[in-house]
Parts: sequence; C-alpha cells; structure tokens
Amino acid sequence: MTLALYVPRASPVHRAPAWSELLVLAVGSVVLFVLSSWPVVLGGLAAVLLVGLGVARLPAAVLVGQARAVAWFLAAVLVVHVLVDGWREGLHDGGLAVVRLLVLVLAAAVVTATCRVSEMVAVVETVCSPLQVLGVRPARIGLLVALALRFVPVLGERAARIREAQAARGGATRGPRALARTAVPLLVQLLVLAHTLAEALDARGADAPAEPVRRRRRPRRRASAPGTPSPRP
Amino acid sequence: MKTRDLAYVALFAALTAVLGLVPAINVGPVPITAQTLGVMLAGSVLGARRGFLALALFLVLVAVGLPVLPGGGGGLAVFAGPTAGYLFSWPFAAAVVGAITEWTWNRYNLAWALLANVVGGIVVVYAVGVPVLALVLDLSPGVALSTGAAPFLVGDAIKAVVASVVAVQVRRAYPVIERPRRAATAP
Repeated sequence: MTLALYVPRASPVHRAPAWSELLVLAVGSVVLFVLSSWPVVLGGLAAVLLVGLGVARLPAAVLVGQARAVAWFLAAVLVVHVLVDGWREGLHDGGLAVVRLLVLVLAAAVVTATCRVSEMVAVVETVCSPLQVLGVRPARIGLLVALALRFVPVLGERAARIREAQAARGGATRGPRALARTAVPLLVQLLVLAHTLAEALDARGADAPAEPVRRRRRPRRRASAPGTPSPRP
Repeated sequence: MKTRDLAYVALFAALTAVLGLVPAINVGPVPITAQTLGVMLAGSVLGARRGFLALALFLVLVAVGLPVLPGGGGGLAVFAGPTAGYLFSWPFAAAVVGAITEWTWNRYNLAWALLANVVGGIVVVYAVGVPVLALVLDLSPGVALSTGAAPFLVGDAIKAVVASVVAVQVRRAYPVIERPRRAATAP
C-alpha cells in the first residue's frame, strides 16, 4: 500500500508552496462556476493539462486514474441533461457541466500529486489556527495525522493475528459473524494499545498545558562575541 | 481533551481507513463500502465528540492526499465529486450515533445500539448524501433515492447489525464512554 498520492518531480509546481496551490484551486473553482461558458471551461481544461502534464511532468496515468474514478458520474450527468433538455440544449449544458467538473477533479488531482502530505498538514494546521480560540491546538492535528498513519499497519497486523488464532481454533474466517467475532477482540486490543500509547506520550510531555509558546529570549551576550555584531555597541 | 482521547480519535480514523481496503462494490456512481462500519463503530465506542473528531480526522487524511477511500481513492478531487455529501455526512453521522449511545449508555443493549446505528449511520448519511448527489448530478429526488440510497439499504442494515453486536460487546469488555456516576453509587 503506497501511502500517498504524491508524485515526486523537480518542477516549479512541486516547489510552489502548498497554500498557493490550494488558493489557486479555490479561486479557480469559484471562477469556473461564476463564469461558466465554453471558452472559460475549455481554457481551464487546457491550463490544468498544461500545468499537470507539461510543467509538473506528472504521468498521464495519475490524471487518467482520477478522471476514470468520476467517469460514471460524468456520463450520468450528460445522459440526464440530454433526457431533460433534449439533444441540442442537453449536449450544450450537460457538456459544460461535465467538462467543468472534470477540470475541478483534475486540478485537485494535480494539487494532490504535487504537494507532500506534510505540506498539506502544515496548511491544515495554519487554516485551523483560528480555532485556537475554541481551545483547539493546531499542532495536535499533525500529531493526530501521524498517529492515525501509524495505526493503519498496526490494525492490519493485529487483525491478521486474531484471525489466525481463530482459524487455528476452527472458527469461521469469513462472513459477518466472523467479522463480529474478530472485531471485538481487535477493538479491545486497539483501545488498550491507544491507552498505553497515550500514557507513553503523556510521560514524554504531550499533555503540556495549552499556553502560547513563549519566544525564547536570546541569550545575552557579554561585550561582543567574535564574529557576531553585538546588539548595542 | 486528553492525549488518550487523541489516541482514540486517531485509532478510529485509522480503522475507517483500513475498512476502505475492503474491496468496494460499485453500483453506479456511489460505491458500497465497508467504511460506514467505521462511522458506526466510532460513534458507538467513542461517543459523540470523539466520534465526530475521528471521522473529521479521516476526512483530513483524505484531503491531504492519502489513498484511504475504497480503491485507493483520495485527494481533494473526491470533495468535488458526486459522493462528497456522503463523506461530509460521516462526522455528523458518527456524532449522532455517539449522542444516542451516550444518552442510552446506562441501559445500553442491542436494541439501543441498533437504533443509534440505524438513525446515525444510515438515516443521517442518506439525509446528507442523497441531496448532494441529486444536486451535483441534477437528478430528480426519486431517481436520486433509487441510485443513492436503495442499493445500499441491505448492506447498511448488515453493517448496522454487525456494528451494534460489536458495540455491545466492546462496552462490556472495555467501556470508553463515561457517564457521570451518581454520588450514591460511587464507592
């Protein structure tokens, strides 16, 4: 299981900070919906393909894969529009809606493929920083994402172990009954594990009180250290 | 919020992600997935607040580009797609499941568990997911219900039963939700 949709490349798009790409995505989607006309939408499509394939040099398979994921849905939109509005109107309006959604999906795929998970988490932390008023600590979100990612393989491994143990005792390994019988010991084990992990984190100071980080005062230098200009001559 | 709660939240976000690895059956635009089982369990085991946060964290995992949706889906693209409503409904569904569970905690049994999971895990999910599907696809309410709700009822009913059976047993073995005890029963 590859744990990211990120595609590493050395390109200006990859170097662009994640927040700028997300901003472009947000503004672009608003523009596409407000100025919904063929030139704008087709221009958007061309721009996305140019940026994604040309500048960022993503493999076409990344974009094709995302497009295929929504293909059903796009086809359904077109069919419904043709059924409701007739051929001419339906193809015009429906086609516009389909291409517009395709542009949005592809643009989001480009952003996802060119931003590291850590960068996106940093953006999420920044976006969540106003929530500090409500007592949310943005840094905790990074911790949460890291914890969840760490839990994914642990879960699979524990589930396999329990299933093996039950198969060894002759229990069923398939079907909803087996699922329920595996799920209970699995959940209890994992809840215990989470509790232990939290105690370990607390022991290392994770439960420090939520105060704003005080900027450390620069150590006062005596007279003038060699090579560093003293603040007051 | 204690570190322990954070660990629980991360655990159920991860659980929902792992349930995405269960192969999904595609029925038109909306796939049948095992992931709503994660929604129901998060609410039933953790309660409203932590259940909500677990699924919100799961959506953050999706948004930052981890392939945690069925078939390795993920990234921002899905939030522009037809199934966005279902995704956004999950934290609220978990919260409703959790609220009913907490409310009935002292007399919690299979019947209450089923009620919580059906109301939160099925009704709330459809109530948000189907209108969004209809809006995005420009479908009439009838068509939207037949493509966005009807094919999933059997699967969701099975998931609600499994989640309820599991939740009742987990409550007996390792209760996470704490109801404030009355002073008389305190030792």
